[in-house]
Amino acid sequence: MIFEVFRQERKGQAFQHAGSIEAADERFAEAYAREQYGRRGESVALWVVERGSIMRIEEFVDELNRNYHRVDGYPLKEKLKEARERAGTAAPRDR
Amino acid sequence: MEQREREFLEYVQGGGQVEATDWMPDEYRARLRKFVEMHGNSELMGVLPEREWILRAPTLQRKLALTAKVQDEVGHAQLIYRVVEDLGKSREECLDELISGKSKFHNVFHYPTKTWGDVGVIAWLVDAAAIISQKALLKCSYAPYARIMKKICWEESFHILHGRDVVLTLMNGTDDQRGLVQEALDRWWGPLMQFHGNPIPADEDPMVVWRIKSQGNDEARQQFLDGYVPQIWELGLTVPDPELRKDEESGRWLYTEPDWDELRAVVTGHGPKSEDRLDLRRKARENSAWVRSVLLAA
Repeated sequence: MIFEVFRQERKGQAFQHAGSIEAADERFAEAYAREQYGRRGESVALWVVERGSIMRIEEFVDELNRNYHRVDGYPLKEKLKEARERAGTAAPRDR
Repeated sequence: MEQREREFLEYVQGGGQVEATDWMPDEYRARLRKFVEMHGNSELMGVLPEREWILRAPTLQRKLALTAKVQDEVGHAQLIYRVVEDLGKSREECLDELISGKSKFHNVFHYPTKTWGDVGVIAWLVDAAAIISQKALLKCSYAPYARIMKKICWEESFHILHGRDVVLTLMNGTDDQRGLVQEALDRWWGPLMQFHGNPIPADEDPMVVWRIKSQGNDEARQQFLDGYVPQIWELGLTVPDPELRKDEESGRWLYTEPDWDELRAVVTGHGPKSEDRLDLRRKARENSAWVRSVLLAA
């Protein structure tokens, strides 16, 4: 079985993919992961996951171009300029 | 070159990285696999010259350090062969081809270690030359390989310190001990200068074109000379090359042309220790066969 190993370098940091190991079962996977990625105190935690258990998602299709939930869906510059003019608060150079 | 392949080439040349499950051109996969496999072979064969000194180490501390280093290098081989497996070649196949003499490993592991001085020079300078190549692989276009290189480089930096410590201890010792280091340096200089390969221009090197390597061979050698010749000289050691000097104008090191015929002969299995080391690897594989079969049955 192939296991993917993710390691956390310091508490609070994100786990990062470090590499993979081949092991007959979970007990051996633990031993190998400890030897490869924890022997010198370089990690505070490891996640060891059998490769087949990882769901992989790669396609992110946005058919409807849903820009209302993204920051680029809100170009405020022109609208703010008009609103300031109507309120009489525009900076002198914009008047 | 078809459109898809051209796009891939542009992508990696622009700094893009590829994962194991991504599409890749056949040529890229084949070159990458061969390169990574040779790296794995070298890690595995690289422990043998030092292994010879575990029983003869001068102190317990040195014995422990050598043992730990051997464990590190074998660990690197395991990680690297995993990368090869994901590229479509099993570890068993790699090992079969290694012991049959079909595949290659680095030139420096085909030479004998005559004295403890050799152990110091190998751990210091061979590892220094290797870490220059390996650091350049941190930027490899194949991401799974680049990621394991982080751990490998980190451990190699210990090895260089260990080697330098061995060399400094000898250089602070008796005349005989200092002599051991100079003799070892004389023996290793040729192979060290050949280590980074013939000076093929980076833009003609397919490994650089595909961004598997990020630097050309001669660039790596220049970096090695820049970093380590001053450290060698400051200890009062002599580099056995009368032509060696840094050209102040170009900032580049000048040296006697390394013996490329020797390099070719050695990496194709005709080095002084090629046969012995492969033989030892063969026996180790036979002797450990029962362990592998028990593990696989677990």
